[in-house]
Amino acid sequence: MEAEINLERRRASDTPPALAVRHFSKRFGGALALNDVALDIMPGEVHGLLGQNGSGKSTLIKILAGFHAPEPGAELIMHGKQAPIPIPVGAALPLGLAFVHQHLALVPSLSVLENLRIGHFAAETRWRINWRAERARARETFARFGLAIDPDARVRDLPQVERALLAIVRAFEDIGARHDRGNPGVLILDEPTPFLPRAGVDQLFALVRGIVREGTSVIFVSHDVDEVLEITDRATVLRDGGVAGTLETRRSTPDDFVELIIGRRVSLFQSERRDLSRAPIHVRIRDVSGAVADRVSIDLRSGEIVGLTGLIGSGSDEIVHLVFGARKARSGTIELGGTTLSAASISPPVALSLGMALLPSDRLGAAGVAPLSIVDNITLPVLRDFMGALGLEWSRIVGHARHLCDSYEVRPNRPELRLGLLSGGNQQKVLLAKWLQTKPKLLVLDEPTQGVDVGARQALFAALDQASRQGATVLCASTDYEQLAQICDRVLIFARGRIVRALTGDEISKDNIAEQCLRSPSLTGIVEAEMSEP
Amino acid sequence: MTETKRVGEASSLTGQDRPTRERRFDWIRFAEAYALLAGIIVLGALFGFLRPESFLSWANVTTILGSQAVLVVLTLALIIPLTAGDYDLSVASVLTLSGMLLAVLNAQHGWPLWAAIAVALASGVITGIVNAAFILFFRIPSLIVTLGTSSFINGVVLWVSGSMTVSGVSEGLVDWVVVRRLFGIPLEFYYAIALCFALWYFFEYTTPGRRLLFVGRGREVARLSGIKVDRARLYSLIVSGFFSACAGILYAGTIGAADPLSGLTFLLPAFAAAFLGATSISPGRFNPWGSLVAVYFLVTGITGLTILGIQTFVQNLFYGGGLVLAVALSQLVRNREAQDFS
Repeated sequence: MEAEINLERRRASDTPPALAVRHFSKRFGGALALNDVALDIMPGEVHGLLGQNGSGKSTLIKILAGFHAPEPGAELIMHGKQAPIPIPVGAALPLGLAFVHQHLALVPSLSVLENLRIGHFAAETRWRINWRAERARARETFARFGLAIDPDARVRDLPQVERALLAIVRAFEDIGARHDRGNPGVLILDEPTPFLPRAGVDQLFALVRGIVREGTSVIFVSHDVDEVLEITDRATVLRDGGVAGTLETRRSTPDDFVELIIGRRVSLFQSERRDLSRAPIHVRIRDVSGAVADRVSIDLRSGEIVGLTGLIGSGSDEIVHLVFGARKARSGTIELGGTTLSAASISPPVALSLGMALLPSDRLGAAGVAPLSIVDNITLPVLRDFMGALGLEWSRIVGHARHLCDSYEVRPNRPELRLGLLSGGNQQKVLLAKWLQTKPKLLVLDEPTQGVDVGARQALFAALDQASRQGATVLCASTDYEQLAQICDRVLIFARGRIVRALTGDEISKDNIAEQCLRSPSLTGIVEAEMSEP
Repeated sequence: MTETKRVGEASSLTGQDRPTRERRFDWIRFAEAYALLAGIIVLGALFGFLRPESFLSWANVTTILGSQAVLVVLTLALIIPLTAGDYDLSVASVLTLSGMLLAVLNAQHGWPLWAAIAVALASGVITGIVNAAFILFFRIPSLIVTLGTSSFINGVVLWVSGSMTVSGVSEGLVDWVVVRRLFGIPLEFYYAIALCFALWYFFEYTTPGRRLLFVGRGREVARLSGIKVDRARLYSLIVSGFFSACAGILYAGTIGAADPLSGLTFLLPAFAAAFLGATSISPGRFNPWGSLVAVYFLVTGITGLTILGIQTFVQNLFYGGGLVLAVALSQLVRNREAQDFS
């Protein structure tokens, strides 16, 4: 053991790092998203990159991809050679940097082979493609990594795991061309695992180990501490734009990582929690299953604001869509105001007639129509109330819209404007007002403050708080822990489609939610968020 | 909460500068809305100046107004599915089919006029249902489905008619379409105006009309707002078929006969008028009054040029050019509400 580490040390001192980052900083507006980050990736190393949302992980990766330019003074050294900074568009691959993002960038309707070679076809003009040779080459590559993927299969027909493996093999092949020139390259895997089943993660790790055996380094970006512990040699944790620390994985415990990720901070003032234990139970969600969600049961009290969260892919955001019938549930029942329905039979019109409303996260794709006016958008659910003897009474409708925008502080309050002209925060105020005016009994929200500025955020929270005080029950899926801590009476944490933790009262703080989420993959106990009637 | 209050006070400030900004905005919008109408007047003045004796005669004006009623009705039929976000390329074929069925049943088989009309209208409704079935059930783009059904219907028309013009349509129909006049203008013009009015009321003053707009502009938004999107699209295609059939009846009444091909030439003008109309009156939306203005703008130009002695190919130039320019204009100049049919 000791000898092995010594060997590693020696290798580290002899050979320059495959990738060395120095003085990476990035400023967005006034905020420093990345602050003087340094990072060394050794050849043949699997290096973990961890951090919460907003810690600077994605900014760092985007600089490496040539998507952002860092502040002056940054240096990038690949195998001891200075690389140009900012990285010119399209230059990342020639430098030996290849990326696999979560969405994989495969074309589902094309074959495995076509997807595998797409980079080459794009880069060079060839008038005769020797498909037979290409196919043989692909077979050989797959065989080398012990993969049984048919080069002629359509990507659409592959299971999710094989698609991810294909994308990784492709990235490896793309930098492979430089391999012989003494540059084994660095492969950056940006959260490849959240949507994979456990067996798929094992397969993916086997492939990663195969790749580093060839001398290539891998940067493994993840939220999942357990996975980082399993696959990486070392891991760097970013916090608030800076490097919080680099740990040698073998000598670290999950607690070391969690501590580094969250940091020890003075806890923020927390407003007093309401005592709702005497409020009647208003909604019962029972054994609801969807694509990820697995027999989820939740009881909601009248006037309660319940947050659903978890790491990406945990299924917390799916529940809100299943409850509203926006996506079809596989099983389960939902009881609201004395009516019990099978979850599979719920469609948006049914949900609305029961007194539900959904504010989806895709603001201009699913929640509102950008080219239509604020009046049109905000009054859609209540148009019927404005029917006079001669049809819709537009002066009343516009007056109503202006009044609503006024009370929700929409700036500028000119309801005839197109919705798309407003800022994200003001759009969200309009869309929240659209549904709150219907006085829903159950309001379900998905990422309600994504891309919303701080000021608008407070206005939205105030509106939600007021609605809940008037008896509306709110179910809010979000990965913004600060927001959950600010508004929720209860926070349920999901992992692999199930609720693994329920936080109430003083347990609800930004840091504790973050910590529980980070630990959630290793939590196995299922929490039934059900209650008995007081 | 204190922060909320502070922001609230600031609203009086924005309130003060509101009137001036609104007035300027309204002026632009006004110019935009009525540019096409002004265009008609400019064209009329130009041709009137060049050929005062023939172009400005009341006979010519009433001919222009009357002869284009069929196109107006067809354009109105078209903007209903366009508003719902679906193309209907079969409108002109339905027009031809309806006119031909009416002529064959009424003139050749001696059916009473009302029965022939009923069958003609039913053919439009059935086409709408067939279109909707393929579009909604098999999830095929409307462009492809209606392209196919339009060719299919053309085949049916040639078969029913034996590829011959069928004349001898009941005098009663001709009488009520073109012969009788009010203020010298054939009655069919007033039918078109009445339909314009009805459709305008439907789009602007009824909830189903407003829902249709959301179905066309934001399917997912509409669905999550509880609108039955598929049902709205079905109805829009049925109504489109029905009004296309009405246009066919007017067409048969106008020429007193039905021929298997000439009705098909209405397709491009109808699209040109619909898209050009979407830049006028209520810019950015397919709207009935805009469509009406667009039809008469295009026709004024064509008639004027024909009177100047330019040959009939000018029609193709005008309608084809009009369609592309109208869409380009609406994207380029306003960029306000892009026409999106993805």
